[in-house]
Amino acid sequence: MSRDAVLSAVNLTRHYQIKGGPFSRPATVKALNEATFELYPGQTLAVVGESGCGKSTLARVLTMIEPPTSGKLTISGHEVSLKEGQRPPAALRREVQIIFQNPYGSLNPRKTVATMLEEPLKLNRKEMSAAARREAALEMIAKVGLRPEHADRYPHMFSGGQRQRIAIARALMLNPKILVLDEPVSALDLSIQAQVLNLLADLQEEFGLAYVFISHDLSVVRRIADDVIVMYFGQPVETGPAEEVFTTPRHPYTQALFSATPVADPNRRRERVHLKGEPPSPLAPPPGCPFAPRCHLATDACTQDDPPLERVDDRVEVACIHVDQAMARYARAG
Amino acid sequence: MALLDIEGLSVRFKTSSGLFAAVEGVDINVDRGEVWSIVGESGSGKSVSMLATMGLLPWTAQVTADKMAFDGQDLQQLSSRQRRRIVGGEMSMIFQEPMSSLNPCFTVGTQIDEMIKQHLGGTRRERHERALDLLAQVGIPDPARRIKAYPHQMSGGMSQRVMIAMAISCNPRLLIADEPTTALDVTIQAQILELLLRLQEDTGMALILITHDMGVVAETAKHVVVQYAGRQVEKQDVKSLFANPRHPYTEALLSALPERAGDQDRLPTIPGVVPGQHDRPSGCLFNPRCRYATEHCREVEPVPAAGDPARTLCHYPLEDGISPSPAAAGVARDNPQSSPHREVRP
Repeated sequence: MSRDAVLSAVNLTRHYQIKGGPFSRPATVKALNEATFELYPGQTLAVVGESGCGKSTLARVLTMIEPPTSGKLTISGHEVSLKEGQRPPAALRREVQIIFQNPYGSLNPRKTVATMLEEPLKLNRKEMSAAARREAALEMIAKVGLRPEHADRYPHMFSGGQRQRIAIARALMLNPKILVLDEPVSALDLSIQAQVLNLLADLQEEFGLAYVFISHDLSVVRRIADDVIVMYFGQPVETGPAEEVFTTPRHPYTQALFSATPVADPNRRRERVHLKGEPPSPLAPPPGCPFAPRCHLATDACTQDDPPLERVDDRVEVACIHVDQAMARYARAG
Repeated sequence: MALLDIEGLSVRFKTSSGLFAAVEGVDINVDRGEVWSIVGESGSGKSVSMLATMGLLPWTAQVTADKMAFDGQDLQQLSSRQRRRIVGGEMSMIFQEPMSSLNPCFTVGTQIDEMIKQHLGGTRRERHERALDLLAQVGIPDPARRIKAYPHQMSGGMSQRVMIAMAISCNPRLLIADEPTTALDVTIQAQILELLLRLQEDTGMALILITHDMGVVAETAKHVVVQYAGRQVEKQDVKSLFANPRHPYTEALLSALPERAGDQDRLPTIPGVVPGQHDRPSGCLFNPRCRYATEHCREVEPVPAAGDPARTLCHYPLEDGISPSPAAAGVARDNPQSSPHREVRP
């Protein structure tokens, strides 16, 4: 179903080689393994998972900061074929922009807001006059809910939420089609978080942007995502429409993740799906399914092969050989 | 008699531009075996008020209180020597960043041992046994091996378990946990919260949990203190707080939670930002962001009404979700949820 996807990834993989030292062997870290998905204009794809699950590696590959080790990445119909050390075409780079988690670290403290916003235009739209650039910057400042007098201020003069607005404005200066949002609201206070989420929703409507929303906060994801990819240890373990995944999580890890998330309702007491232990070390991956050592349903078969993603519903894919059991158990726990 | 009895706690910091009131008028009474939570956004003074209680603030801080007693002992009158005997022993604390709270130069065994030696004493062998016991108690697999590990050899969740082991090593009667799970993943967070609650139940100690996460509050605490810009705005038990918040700030904060927003197109927001040191408004500190604020709120600083058990810091506390403020009528007409969320600092 290739109804004009703005971005499509097929078996996207990124491995890192770790050089051996005098006392250690060289190793390969599989930071991202075989991610396959499509992204449509005006839609939000959420990537959820815990630290070390490959969310940020995915963001770096999608924004072409790093080339994939293998797999195919297509952006607006153009395939990005990249070798290590090769620069992607500038035209494609303009299509994808990224917003980082920490707005305190991602803005240059020595530049004013207007300078930062004009910089991408200076580099990419050489034909634009200084006055036109300034005008475009002011227009964007208004769009993200800042005031014109903010244009000549420096980042330290802004609060966290306002800085994130500046980062968003900067990302939008070149009219990208895709925004990769790497934990855009997790550094913000609750009352500010809602403001930024609403702004993102408005901008998506206005520009028809496609979002890749990387987050560990499930209540935020549930609210804004159209599709979800749940990742564990570098690989997608469950993908599907957000509503479907949230109402009936099928993979035991998804279930555990959801039930571990605290819900702001003191009257709710649900039986937790207990998760023992911690994620495995990327240098010593367990045999078979990477989730098997922590999974309450794991059997010997789980340690044999790494299960591939399989279609269990017309839109949901799960990588688990005990899906039926997991679902039955989850339904009982309610 | 309450275990921890604090009334009118204020903390002021000397800064180059004068005194800054980081915390003002905080009251909290924790009884034995109770689980409390202090919730608020960054800058609400939730950590500072507990650090003041522990006596861990730097000399630039001026701590004053009408009453500050732990188990009947006046904490303000204690000599440093007496205070050191209580802090870390009967009253102990764990912090947000487990990785940076442990000393990287010593094994975790040495660091736990130091606590026990300081407060309980005993022979080297007894202390070693106790440390092994504690590591097992906080759910660290293979304690005999882990006791020799250095902090960098452990994950964040494991380090936090070690911090908890240190904090409970001397059987405290009060444990203060300052954002103990904020730096951890959700599945590890669930494990740590469960561990804290289990230890609390087993030992009967009181627990004060400082957090900004309403979900954590709902699932762990029995009583909640809400702080805003250094002031305590209300104090309720957890169920009535979530069902009937009394302060407009609490109400707004709860409705900004994505999971409580329901099917609305946009999340309800609180306009503006928390006031900083230099832009504190006159009157009620929340008035520029409050949708019920009146002229009275902008001029007069509120005090908790006599006989209000929640001690709500508001001229017009909400009753069953309805504000008696004259400004509330206008709000009801033009639905608050649709208020423009793009506005910035008022």
